[in-house]
Amino acid sequence: MRYLPLTCEDRASMLATIGAKSADDFYADVPQSARLKTKIAGLPDHQGELAVERYMTKLAAKNRSASSGPFFVGAGAYKHHVPATVDMIIQRSEFLTTYTPYQPEIAQGTLQTLFEFQTQVAALTAMDVANASMYDGSTACAEAAVMAARVTKRKKVILSGGLHPHYAAATRLLCEAQGLTVVQLTVAIDGEGELARSVDGETACVIGQSPNVFGTVSDLSGVAKSAHDKGALLVSVFTEAVSLGLVTPPGEMGADIAAGEGQSIGNGLNFGGPYVGLFACREKLVRQMPGRLCGETVDADGKRGFVLTLSTREQHIRRDKATSNICTNSGLCALAFTSHMTLLGGKGLKQLAELNHEAACELADALGALKGVEMLTPRFFNEFAIRTPVDAEAVLAMLDEAGVVGGVRASRLFPGDHMGDVILVAATECTTAEDIAAYAAALKEII
Amino acid sequence: MTMNTQGRPTALSAAAALPRLDTVSGSRGLLQHEDLLFEIGTPETTGVDLPKPKGLKSRLGGVARKVDTGLPGLSEPQAVRHYMRLSQRNYAIDLGLFPLGSCTMKHNPRLNEKMARLPGFADIHPLQPQATVQGALELIDELATWLKTLTGMPSVAMSPKAGAHGELCGMLAIRQALIARGEGGTRTRVMVPESAHGTNPATAVQCGFIVDEIKANARGRVDMDDLKSKLARADDIAGIMLTNPNTCGLFETDIREIADLIHAAGGYFYCDGANFNAIVGRVRPGDLGVDAMHINLHKTFSTPHGGGGPGSGPTVFSEALAAYAPVPFVTRDEDGIYRLVEHVEGEASESFGRMVAFHGQMGMFVRALTYMLSHGADGLKQVAEDAVLNANYVQARLRHVMTPAFDGFCMHEALFSDAFAADGIETIDIAKALIDEGYHPMTMYFPLVVHGAMLIEPTETESKAELDRFCDALESVARRAAQGDETLKGAPYLAPARRLDETRAARKPVLKWTAPVTQQVAAE
Amino acid sequence: MTTYYTKDHEWIRVEGDTGTVGITTYAAGQLGDVVYVELPETGAKLARGDDFAVVESVKAASDVYAPVSGSVLEVNSALSDAPETVNAAAEGGAWFVRVKLADAAELSGLMDEAAYAAFCEGL
Repeated sequence: MRYLPLTCEDRASMLATIGAKSADDFYADVPQSARLKTKIAGLPDHQGELAVERYMTKLAAKNRSASSGPFFVGAGAYKHHVPATVDMIIQRSEFLTTYTPYQPEIAQGTLQTLFEFQTQVAALTAMDVANASMYDGSTACAEAAVMAARVTKRKKVILSGGLHPHYAAATRLLCEAQGLTVVQLTVAIDGEGELARSVDGETACVIGQSPNVFGTVSDLSGVAKSAHDKGALLVSVFTEAVSLGLVTPPGEMGADIAAGEGQSIGNGLNFGGPYVGLFACREKLVRQMPGRLCGETVDADGKRGFVLTLSTREQHIRRDKATSNICTNSGLCALAFTSHMTLLGGKGLKQLAELNHEAACELADALGALKGVEMLTPRFFNEFAIRTPVDAEAVLAMLDEAGVVGGVRASRLFPGDHMGDVILVAATECTTAEDIAAYAAALKEII
Repeated sequence: MTMNTQGRPTALSAAAALPRLDTVSGSRGLLQHEDLLFEIGTPETTGVDLPKPKGLKSRLGGVARKVDTGLPGLSEPQAVRHYMRLSQRNYAIDLGLFPLGSCTMKHNPRLNEKMARLPGFADIHPLQPQATVQGALELIDELATWLKTLTGMPSVAMSPKAGAHGELCGMLAIRQALIARGEGGTRTRVMVPESAHGTNPATAVQCGFIVDEIKANARGRVDMDDLKSKLARADDIAGIMLTNPNTCGLFETDIREIADLIHAAGGYFYCDGANFNAIVGRVRPGDLGVDAMHINLHKTFSTPHGGGGPGSGPTVFSEALAAYAPVPFVTRDEDGIYRLVEHVEGEASESFGRMVAFHGQMGMFVRALTYMLSHGADGLKQVAEDAVLNANYVQARLRHVMTPAFDGFCMHEALFSDAFAADGIETIDIAKALIDEGYHPMTMYFPLVVHGAMLIEPTETESKAELDRFCDALESVARRAAQGDETLKGAPYLAPARRLDETRAARKPVLKWTAPVTQQVAAE
Repeated sequence: MTTYYTKDHEWIRVEGDTGTVGITTYAAGQLGDVVYVELPETGAKLARGDDFAVVESVKAASDVYAPVSGSVLEVNSALSDAPETVNAAAEGGAWFVRVKLADAAELSGLMDEAAYAAFCEGL
């Protein structure tokens, strides 16, 4: 078997050195009733690469890739172009097959890239300090909520009506498990401002999203002020990292914590994972921040170097008193993010953001011009919600037949909320004029 | 003769044995010096060619960024050099052994990478119509079947994003089961061995439980007297979190009794599956009375560690907990169509909820299934046996120069204490000296129950020759430690960096680059 | 002014009904380089034995327990910028809190300097 280097001779020789008769000797502590006599039934035996490749390729062929036609799905994950260099970097052995940098002398590669990542994320979100990434945006949002509760010593968390329902669910789960109360404001296309009215003296934090799940961009400065006046924190969430190139970032709105999804930069769609959570906060809150942190220092020769730091927040040291139970970050995805961001630079990201916005503007014009299509999102970056005169599920099915993946029906994310005629639509730099024309033409036929 | 003196001289001159030189470039031979991105790039540079925006009217409604990020970019050649040079400073499994106990640093097969990059897996959106991703849903279902079959458990949650996230999943299911029984408010105590990985107590607390530590006995296993006394009062027991094999590398001999006692007390048995590599294909946790167990795909099932992640932590459940598993999950209808159950309703009405956006770490699922298909049931059984054989070989080769923490055979990892080292020589010195020998150090100071613990897990993908070379090196360092060799305290000497000042990093945290003051003043 | 010591290596210097609390030189030596001290807020109410502060080194966090019951009058905020003071002057400049004693009788359960020194010898 190609992944097992030991030969029969090796095994015999090693058993002799150990003083054991066979591998069975090592399993002597296993209760008799639990010892399997033979290999597990119901599973195939080993196979060579050719056979495995055939099998997996057949499975892959049953899926339609996003690049195979006009594609307009967003709602938390976005189809962007990733430069070829990025995939090459993350396949490098020294990055792909290395461990968490707990032995910094032989991990300065990982550590320096994390330091650069943290710097980039802090600049993008306009916050003081960022960590070395979380699993994804939704768990970053959940961790932000419990962090706010720790910091303020309060128990109420308020979620905006525009927060991505998956983020809201993950946040509610973690908060309620720790005895916090979660208030979900009514679902609304443009409801982030409602947060300002809902804050009270028991609120730990309000959580707003911009652009929100309906694509609406909002200035949360008023929300920040209302929150701070009552001693609460503002958590500002985003699901589309490219928006940070153009849209007002959390730090410019007075956010205390920024939490969001970094998938759009460097990481492909991958059917929902692995992704990379971005987490940043104000300087004074840094010791309450979950996740890994990389810091600068010097080595014994006085040369600059980097180490994981402020580790006493984390589970492996603080155990039951840790800020979180997190063990991994999203290392390789963070590397993909930082290398793509390095290739873009701030200037490139801004340009990329402009292209995204313009594609969405052109799409909005084309669809909004159709009789019966109502554009619901007042201000947007690269996605928006439309209302169709016909049931959304039916519309999308017919668009699909015409070769257009037209978006996500809002009712898939909000099952009970009477959104049967709303579709969430996204455009990116990958969206062409032909794609837009195809969508408009197909939709016109349907309605 | 014809005296032919063509060609360049080949004799080594006396100058060959020169002392170490400092260099102007900061590079040392093949090892390249590289500054921070922010010291090399400029905000004007970009390594991506994008079309010019058309200058359309903005529809942002004024919600636009006021201050540019100022982040520098690099051209493609510069970017490639930047990351290649940084990569030189990393150790990796592809270079050599990572003897990290509890981490299972096995070879990461490249076929996994190739399959994960098939567009049919990599370029699909989690929310695109389910009819267009039947292959993806089938893959998740197939992997789920493998995991259930290997563990002997009826149910599995695929969505947790990492091992610790899987622990959270398991403990939240237990919490939900207790709430469903009307005992959520009373059963709040979770027992955790003192040897447990830090994620265990941290996770219990995240779920609102209180941690009750159980002692280890002299044989490194759960102290049954301590356990029974802590169960004397049973009405507040939520359950126990055990690792098996445990963090000392030993199989918990009394595990069936422990499971029975916990169940009799009305609690649930959570098993930390980090050490599954020792028993995969030979023992099924379902046969041991486990109610929930997370599996680390990045340990047992070879998905790469990537410098700290991403991981993937699917969690298997017993019948007792299956109903409470999180959404979403994949199900297969009678007509063979796969679909996602995404909401807490209908067949998922007792689910504790949704843990995360979308459906799980698909990229890691593809890799893990590729690995399982490659090994097969016969291969996986051999994986466990070779993993355990390799660890015992290391223990046998080193037992006379180092101090094994416990008598007898180990499982997939060998645990040593620092008793053999002379006064003043610490575990950390031994570890850093191993770096000079070309190895990543073993796990240090864990588990907490052994003084100066050194936990070595070679995994099954090490050849005997590699193990011999490693043992020779560690043996030499161990002897130096026993002799009180002071030079160990300055190690490493040969790595790209010397020992780093972690105190300074923690006292005065510098967590991002900021432009030096003189530059800022000049700009004004 | 009298100084008392606990078995958990805290000291309290009592004057009238107020006391100044810190950790001992012995403890600071055992912990290694201190990188951070987490202190309570002024006004916090403490019961004897409560963990009221945390001393962090790079690789460990140690709870500090209140030697007596009382309320926190003042907190040594200088420690946040200079945690290394704990290593340099554990029983002087690196005091953690000043408290108003709730019950002076609790002091009788603590050790004096000589008893503490003997206690440390035995460790």
